[in-house]
Amino acid sequence: MNPVNYLYLAALLFAIGATGVLIRRNAIVVFMCIELMLNACNLAFVAFSRLHGNLDGQIIAFFTMVVAAAEVVVGLAIIVSLFRSRHSASVDDASLMKL
Amino acid sequence: MTELAAYTTSTGEAVQFWVLGTVAVIGALCTILMKKAVHSALCLAGTMIILAVFYLANGAYFLGIVQVVVYTGAIMMLFLFVVMLVGVTAADSLKETIKGQRWLAGLCGFGFAVLLFAGIGNASVNEFAGMGKANAGGNVEGLAESIFTKYVFAFEITGALLITATVGAMVLTHRERTERAKTQREMSEARVRSNHLPPLPAPGVYARHNAVDIAGLLPDGTPSELTVNKTLRERGQIRDVSNEALDDLRALEQRSADRLERSPKTEEASK
Repeated sequence: MNPVNYLYLAALLFAIGATGVLIRRNAIVVFMCIELMLNACNLAFVAFSRLHGNLDGQIIAFFTMVVAAAEVVVGLAIIVSLFRSRHSASVDDASLMKL
Repeated sequence: MTELAAYTTSTGEAVQFWVLGTVAVIGALCTILMKKAVHSALCLAGTMIILAVFYLANGAYFLGIVQVVVYTGAIMMLFLFVVMLVGVTAADSLKETIKGQRWLAGLCGFGFAVLLFAGIGNASVNEFAGMGKANAGGNVEGLAESIFTKYVFAFEITGALLITATVGAMVLTHRERTERAKTQREMSEARVRSNHLPPLPAPGVYARHNAVDIAGLLPDGTPSELTVNKTLRERGQIRDVSNEALDDLRALEQRSADRLERSPKTEEASK
């Protein structure tokens, strides 16, 4: 097996995550799909790091993780405040800027 | 490339890749196909753990551990907390708002996957360098050296980002109190004026269960709304066991009648 297969797996997971973002309408699940896409990117970075034999890819993946943690905190806070004002976590309901 | 270049990995890693890779893809598919958000979150957590194993297999030891600690430990648990807060039963409505949107989205995803696969397939990567040289001085040491020299500016910016995110989350979820909090005196006065002076009855009274989601029974066997938590009542998560309790009672009466050799007929006759 060639480590390129990790790249194929990452591409597949990314595509699945992108499909999920398009299909689902529960904001929390959409957010989870975004996390899946970020994770797929991380896997690709780590695989590239191995293909090239240096640590730069791993460092980029590490920064991605930090940014993902910050993004999750803010995103979930937005979902909670949306749910408070609309009593629904559906992304279709949030079509107005202000209630 | 260097003399470390290789063409294939070990058989063990290949077996691990194909077995765990299949599970990871199934987990990802379950994440987008499960109806309830809790199930999606658990499937995603499984996929993330498998990715951590892949990181370890690729020589990213630090990232593998961080993946388990940060992603499955912190981020997914945060997701589960929000699912709890927003309500487990806040399920997706399965009605399509745009006709045929689901199939079109699936088609888009498929096309995207084909595009990515074609891109990777076109790149001629037959040999790879491997992590042997890069990890020679230790994976964590190597990462630390790069982060604190070459990437130190990005690392410091990251600190600012984290602080901003923390403040942002606090600002977004903070709710300003619009009215004065009731004092103890006002609360007790309101209680005396209401119809219900004593403490609310406990859940499960006379119901032969003491779980919080089981309404207590009134003397005539009907469940009482007062006994269960308001949140559970609004979510419709109350279990009704009044029929079971009444059946138990009927069976008990039947048994005692059998034991005393007293049938309902003779009872009526004696009257």
